[in-house]
Amino acid sequence: MAEAVIRFDHVNKAYGDTAVLRDFCLEVPEGECLTMIGRSGCGKTTALKLVNGLLTPDSGSVYVRGQDVSATDRIALRRSIGYVIQSTGLFPHMTVGKNIAYTPSLSRMWDRETERLEVACLLKTVGLEPELAGRYPSELSGGQRQRVGIARALAARPSIMLMDEPFGSVDEITRRSLQDELRSLRDELGLTVLFVTHDIGEAFRLGDRVLVMESGRISQLDTPERIAAAPADDFIRELIEDRK
Amino acid sequence: MEFIRSVIALYAERWQWFLGLLGDHVRLALTAIIISGLLGLLIGVWISDRPKLAPAVIGVCNVLYTIPAISLLGILIPFFGIGNRTAVTALVIYGMMPMVRNTYTGIVNVDPDIIEAAVGMGSTKRQLLTRIKLPMALSVILAGLRSMVVMTISVGGIASFIGAGGLGVAIYRGITIYNPAMTFAGSLLIALTAIVADLLLGTAEKRYRKKRRMK
Repeated sequence: MAEAVIRFDHVNKAYGDTAVLRDFCLEVPEGECLTMIGRSGCGKTTALKLVNGLLTPDSGSVYVRGQDVSATDRIALRRSIGYVIQSTGLFPHMTVGKNIAYTPSLSRMWDRETERLEVACLLKTVGLEPELAGRYPSELSGGQRQRVGIARALAARPSIMLMDEPFGSVDEITRRSLQDELRSLRDELGLTVLFVTHDIGEAFRLGDRVLVMESGRISQLDTPERIAAAPADDFIRELIEDRK
Repeated sequence: MEFIRSVIALYAERWQWFLGLLGDHVRLALTAIIISGLLGLLIGVWISDRPKLAPAVIGVCNVLYTIPAISLLGILIPFFGIGNRTAVTALVIYGMMPMVRNTYTGIVNVDPDIIEAAVGMGSTKRQLLTRIKLPMALSVILAGLRSMVVMTISVGGIASFIGAGGLGVAIYRGITIYNPAMTFAGSLLIALTAIVADLLLGTAEKRYRKKRRMK
């Protein structure tokens, strides 16, 4: 197994009295797409936010490329990690182009001409017309917004992508095509992806490995095939049966 | 009809005097608007990050806002004497409330998902404020500015009771020499100034929203 790009080392996290992650250990090797699935409140989103330092563990550590997240420059870390959330979080007061160029603009990475070219290229990468760059998010369809959210996360050329139910609010057909595109993007760019979802079909389709979580613990972590063949407990069996 | 004719006659006869007063009035109001605008914005931004402090600060601004204008001017005289300085101070104290409240409300009501996306993408605190929070709160802040400007222009009318300049001078003189036409002429100009300022800011606000395709 390649060296772990993301590593959780005995992480505990609680909100008040409610434990969200209990002694959570996980290694994600470079280039893997790991999908995380579980009931809402099982801790999957919390795990994701620990990676880019939006949350800090109560005990234990999270390492990204060997660096302890709580001891590193979090601003720089976040700029090097793509982050996509369900509601897309597109900035309504900026054009699509400005949205996509946001992270690079924070460190003045691009001049105006580079920005125009890069934005056009990123829009094409996610299957959108470059002409959309001048539009505002309110003028886009749900699927287009999700794509722009992905393009924006890719802008600073991250090697890691954190995705929190990024396709949760689009229709089934759009979701399928977004999933296909994410897969080919991942292969093309060699991204390491942590992908949170509550849709077992999506988890199986996208994940090299699937992590099933229940109340802050890993209940099963394996390839989709092996999980389907031998579900570790009733919860997973139910999930798989629901799918059929 | 007779009355309106006498007001028009007054304008025609003493237009230079009225123009001078109008200039003084605009200068007085503008000074107060700039100071309370900046100060209110700064305080609003400052408390938007301090949820424990915010209600206290807004409470103080609300209390100050409820003091009747004439009595606030009276209270300030021992400290600042009479004249423009006291008038500006009083107007700034009034102008604080709408600015602080709207800046604060505008910022804390920015969609938390958007804040999270911006932080997760690596914004510093300052970048988050200047690129996301303030632009997104701008239309609420502009609404506060609008009401503050209109209020400052009209309350500025009583500043001459403590010896400050402006169109209040015409009102005050009209009262003392029993010339209602003069009082009316001064008041009318104040009202027109306030309406023009409101229209200008309203147009600016509309253009901003339209440019950003916001409803």
